[in-house]
Amino acid sequence: MNASGKTLLTQRVKVSRGEIHIIEERCKQCRLCIELCPREVLQESEKVNEKGYHLPEVVEEPEKEKICVSCGICEVACPEYAIWVREKKEMHQGRGIYGKNSSNR
Amino acid sequence: MSHKMTRGKKPLLPQELHPMDQWLRSERMPHIWCAGCGIGPTLYAWVRALDTVGIDKDKVVYVSGIGCCGRGSGYLDVDGFHTTHGRAIPFATGIKLVKPDLCVNVISGDGDIFSIGGNHFIHACRRNVDLLVICTNNFIYGMTGGQLAATTPIGDYSTTTPYGNIEPPFNTPYLADASGAVYVARWTSIHVRLLEKSIAEALRMKGFRYIEVLSPCPVNYGRRNRLREVDDIAKWFWQSSVIRHGADTREVQIEKGKPIILGNFVKREKLSYYGELKKLEEKVKRAAEAKK
Amino acid sequence: MGKTVLTGKHFWYGNIAIAEGAIAAGCRFFGGYPITPASEIAEHISKRFPEIGGIFVQFEDELASMAAILGASWAGAKSMTATSGPGLSLMMENLGLGVMMEVPTVVVNIQRGGPSTGLPTLTAQGDVMQAKWGSHGPYEIIALSPDSPQEAFDLTIRCFNLAEKYRVPVILLASETVGHSAGKVIVPPENEIELIDRKKPTVPPEEYLPYKPDEDLIPPMAYAGEGYAICTTGLTHNEKGYPDVSAETQEKLVRRLNDKIRKHMEEIVDVEEENMEDAKIAVVSYGQVSRPVKRAVKMAREDGIKVGSIKLITIWPFAENVIRKWAKQVELFIVPELNYGQIYLEVKREVAGNSETVLVPRMGGKLITPQEIYREIKKVSKK
Repeated sequence: MNASGKTLLTQRVKVSRGEIHIIEERCKQCRLCIELCPREVLQESEKVNEKGYHLPEVVEEPEKEKICVSCGICEVACPEYAIWVREKKEMHQGRGIYGKNSSNR
Repeated sequence: MSHKMTRGKKPLLPQELHPMDQWLRSERMPHIWCAGCGIGPTLYAWVRALDTVGIDKDKVVYVSGIGCCGRGSGYLDVDGFHTTHGRAIPFATGIKLVKPDLCVNVISGDGDIFSIGGNHFIHACRRNVDLLVICTNNFIYGMTGGQLAATTPIGDYSTTTPYGNIEPPFNTPYLADASGAVYVARWTSIHVRLLEKSIAEALRMKGFRYIEVLSPCPVNYGRRNRLREVDDIAKWFWQSSVIRHGADTREVQIEKGKPIILGNFVKREKLSYYGELKKLEEKVKRAAEAKK
Repeated sequence: MGKTVLTGKHFWYGNIAIAEGAIAAGCRFFGGYPITPASEIAEHISKRFPEIGGIFVQFEDELASMAAILGASWAGAKSMTATSGPGLSLMMENLGLGVMMEVPTVVVNIQRGGPSTGLPTLTAQGDVMQAKWGSHGPYEIIALSPDSPQEAFDLTIRCFNLAEKYRVPVILLASETVGHSAGKVIVPPENEIELIDRKKPTVPPEEYLPYKPDEDLIPPMAYAGEGYAICTTGLTHNEKGYPDVSAETQEKLVRRLNDKIRKHMEEIVDVEEENMEDAKIAVVSYGQVSRPVKRAVKMAREDGIKVGSIKLITIWPFAENVIRKWAKQVELFIVPELNYGQIYLEVKREVAGNSETVLVPRMGGKLITPQEIYREIKKVSKK
C-alpha cells in the first residue's frame, strides 16, 4: 500500500531494467537464482560449465512481465558470487515492482 | 564500492567483476562450499553491511574456527584468521583488546561456536567484548559429513542419529541474551536484505553482538531430512518464518512444524569490556596520583 | 604511567620474578586461568598491568587463554600466559596453532606433580616431554628452565626474545619450588635489558607473502589492521597463507618449521658447564635440581672424584652437541630429575652407548637433596 491507499500493483510506475551477468566457472547449479527471482526471468539452460553444471539463462518475455527489474535478489542470494545485476541506464514503463513472489527478501 | 582492488593479483576487468570481488581473494574462487550453501550469501550480506557502514577494509578482521564456515576467513581479502575448533572468539578477543580500533568479526558455524566453543561464547557475552559474532547455523556438522550438532532439531536425522535426534537443541538467541549480549538477532541466508540491515545495525554498536543466520545445508542436512533440494530448505525458511522484532528470546526455539521466529530480538546499552578496562585504568591512575 | 622496569635489588618469589621479567620484556597482554602453583603470576600481573597500560584478562579456561594470546600477538602485542601441567595439557591445541601460524608468544609452566591433578602444591619436572611433544604433529619448540627467582626473571626475558626472533611459542619450564621460593633478584637498568622484536615486512602489501621466509627461514610478520590482508590458518598452507593440503606443501612447510629451530641450535642452546675439564663423571640437570647438584659436585670434588656438572638452561631444542662432545671424555652421566626419566632418555640417546647413563629419579613432591646426589656420585665412582 502506498500513501494514497492504492496498491502499487494498480499503479503505472517507472521501473528500472537490469542486465544480468554470470561468471560461468563459479556456478554450481543450485538454482537459487531461478527459484528466488520474483519475475521468473531465469531458467536452467542446456549450457554447462567446465564442471558440468547447467548454467542459468535469461528468458525475457515482455508480454508476460518476465523482465529483469534489477531487484538483485539473484545476486545477493547466489552462494557462489557467480551472478550479478547491473541496472540499465534507461527506465521503462511497467507495473510496480511487486510481482507474484512479492517479498522483502 | 570505493575500495581498492583485491591485493596481490591482477584485477579483473570491471565488467567481469561481481561486486563481491572487491572483498574477495578472487583467485581462490570457486570456493569449497556446496551448491546452495548459505555461507556465501551470509558473507555477501556482511560485506555489503560493512560497505554501508563505511568501514575501512584494512580495519576489518575476520576470525573463524573450524568447519565449512571456518574456511571463509581465507576467501576474503581482509585480515583473516582461520583458528582452531571453537576458539575463534577468544582468539578474536586477543586481537580486539590489543587493537581496539579494528572491526573484529567472528563468523563461524554452529558446531564451532555452540558445541566445542560454547563456553567461550557465553563468557564473551558475559564479558561484553567488542565483537560481532555471526553464526551460520545449518543444524548439522557439514564439513565432517553430517553428524549431530547442538542445534539439530529433535527428531532429525544425522549420520550419528540414524534413528532420529533425542537431544533438545540450543535456542542460541536465548543463550546469547541470557549471557548478556548487547545485540541479538536471527535471520536466514534467504532473508539476505534484512540480514544485511541487521548486520549494519550491529556494526554500528559496541559490545558483544550476536546474529544467528539459519543456513541451508542441502547436502548434509537436507538430504537426510526430506529437504533434499536447495529450494526445499529455502521454502522451509521462507514459508515457516515469522518476523517478530523484539520477541522474547525464550520463545524463539526452533522446532519442526512450528514457525521459525526471525527478527532483531535484543538491543541493550552497556559499556563494553574495553570501556570498563579504560575506566579501571583511570581509577588506578587516580589512586596512584593520590598516593603521591 | 607506572614504572615498567623495576630496576634495583628485590626479594621476590620466582612467580613474581617471572611476572616482572615479562613486563620488563615488553609483555602487555596476559590471558590466563588460575591454577596452583602458577596463580601468583596472574595475580601480580593483574595488579601491575593497569598501571602500565597492559591488558590482563582472566579467561574461562586455558583453551581460551592460549587462543587469546595468539590473537594478541597477531595484533602486535607481546603476550603471555602462565599455567601448570593440567592447564598446559589444555593449551596444547593452540600451542600447535601457534607453531603452525608462527606466532611469537610465551607460555609459563610452573610444573607440579602429575599425572592428572597429581600434586597441585608440590614440585615436579614431569612435563619435559609434554613441552616438546604435547601437541600433535612434528614440530620443534623452544623451552627454557630456570633454577631460581633471578634466573626466572632473566630467562623470562630471554623467552620473549627467542619467541620474537624465531616466531614460535616459547615455554618457560619452571617448577613449583622455583615459583614459590623467594630469593634475591637484581633487575638491571632498563637500557641494559636487550630486547628483540619480530621482523616486520619491508615490502608493500601487494608484494607481501605472509609465509615467505627470509634466508634465516623466518618470515617477517605483519600485524592485523596494517593493510597487509594477512591470510593465516592452522591448515597446511603455502607462502600466501592459503590452505594447500598437498603432500608437497606439507613437506616444505613442516620441514621449515622444524629447521628454523634446528638450524639455529647454536644460538638457542645455552648450558652451564662446571668442573668439566677433567671430568669422568658428569651430572646433567636442569631447573631447581641443578642447585643441589652444584653442592653435591663440590662435595664429591673434595673427595677427589673427577665429577663435573652440565646444567641445561635450554631444555628444547636439546643440547645434543654438548652431550655428544662430552660423551667422548665422560665415562658416566648421572641424570637426576623429578620424574621417571625424561631428559635422561635424551642424554642416553646422545651418549649412544659411548658412556653409561644413570637415572636418579624422583616422582616429584620434594627436591632431591645434595646428599642423595652425592651418594649417587660416590656409588658410581667406585665402579
